[in-house]
Amino acid sequence: MTTDQQFHRIAVLGAGVMGSGITTLALGSGVSVDLVDVDTRTLDRARSGIRTQLRHAQLLGALPGDRPQGELTTSVSMSGLAHADAVIEAITEDAGLKAKVLGEVSELVRPGTPVISNTSGIPIDELAGAVRRPEDLLGTHFMNPTYLISMVEVIRGPRTGDAVLAATQALLTTLRRKAVVVRDAPGFVTSRLLHPMINDAARIVAEGTATVEDVDTLMQGCLGHPTGPLRTADLIGIDNLVDALDALYERTGEKRNSPCELLREKVRAGELGRKSGRGFYDYGEGIS
Amino acid sequence: MTINEAATPALAAQIQAGLLAFLEAKTKQVVAPGQDIFGTGLATSMFALELVVHLEGTYGIEIAGPDLRLEHFRTVEKMTALTLRLKAEAESTDSA
Ligand SMILES: NC(=O)c1ccc[n+]([C@@H]2O[C@H](COP(=O)([O-])OP(=O)(O)OC[C@H]3O[C@@H](n4cnc5c(N)ncnc54)[C@H](O)[C@@H]3O)[C@@H](O)[C@H]2O)c1
Repeated sequence: MTTDQQFHRIAVLGAGVMGSGITTLALGSGVSVDLVDVDTRTLDRARSGIRTQLRHAQLLGALPGDRPQGELTTSVSMSGLAHADAVIEAITEDAGLKAKVLGEVSELVRPGTPVISNTSGIPIDELAGAVRRPEDLLGTHFMNPTYLISMVEVIRGPRTGDAVLAATQALLTTLRRKAVVVRDAPGFVTSRLLHPMINDAARIVAEGTATVEDVDTLMQGCLGHPTGPLRTADLIGIDNLVDALDALYERTGEKRNSPCELLREKVRAGELGRKSGRGFYDYGEGIS
Repeated sequence: MTINEAATPALAAQIQAGLLAFLEAKTKQVVAPGQDIFGTGLATSMFALELVVHLEGTYGIEIAGPDLRLEHFRTVEKMTALTLRLKAEAESTDSA
């Protein structure tokens, strides 16, 4: 594959927070998407969410005016993958599950097709052990909301080939994103820094040092954080945050990465953040 | 003068009051009709879409295409003007 390659159709696996956001970004950039998840109810919800996100992107002037939108198809099977110009995996942050699904993907796609994991922090080389062609696998770390954040962290595993790295950078250009390529490590750069910081922010609240609002206000007002760590937790999804912290703790052994009790409690209570209507903040009422 | 035109000032006042009440309930702050709600940090870009959906649901209008721009939602006055225009357009196509 060459860098002037055209991307007409990509496959996105997982229709949750990130799969939906990446799909919105692709459609809005004129690239058609085959969106795959395990059940049709999730896909139906994603379809309506993507419609809303496309309107949001337009409202904020985040869509290019120079091209028609891509087409969306949804499916509970990966059979369409043979026709994809690239595959982006955005399923649950579970190393075993990702390895299994990426292994299946690598049997279905044409050789040379970028197989991209959007993992928050599972090392790419660990996943590379499960695929047919490790040179075709790499990581991209899109941020939520994907269609509004123009920067993407790209992870090159030790076995990632030059060709798919170049093809992925071309895809990101089509998607109007800027990329920074980093080496493989647990949490890469952004999760390694952000996730323990959010974990500490939750600990600070649990210990009674400050309220949720005051932690966010201080981080915004004093340190220039755009939303504050706890509002960011709500945006990420606290279930995913805990999974990503667990994965990071398992691989680094650093106590700071072990999800604190308050985060776990929120997951047990179903307070997952924006996606469930309540997390550290309430999204049913009040301004979001 | 048509009935519609005579009704406009009253309708405008009603839309404006409704929007101010909606914003004040959401932000728990007093909002002025000409205040730039995004510029003053009162509302976030995530909240902008809630305003769109609120206006569509309350006034039976559809905000799309070139009208779907943050600029039109910056102040209560601008949102009122947009709503009045889209309502009038919808009613004229209904009766046509
Ligand atoms: N949420 C964020 O802000 C964020 C940011 C960057 C990266 N990530 C990473 O992106 C990935 C997705 O995260 P998310 O927040 O969208 O999670 P999510 O829980 O919102 O969505 C995950 C989706 O994957 C689906 N899924 C599970 N197994 C599947 C399979 N075998 N085939 C197809 N679909 C399957 C689930 O049904 C679910 O809809 C994770 O690896 C996460 O760590 C998340």
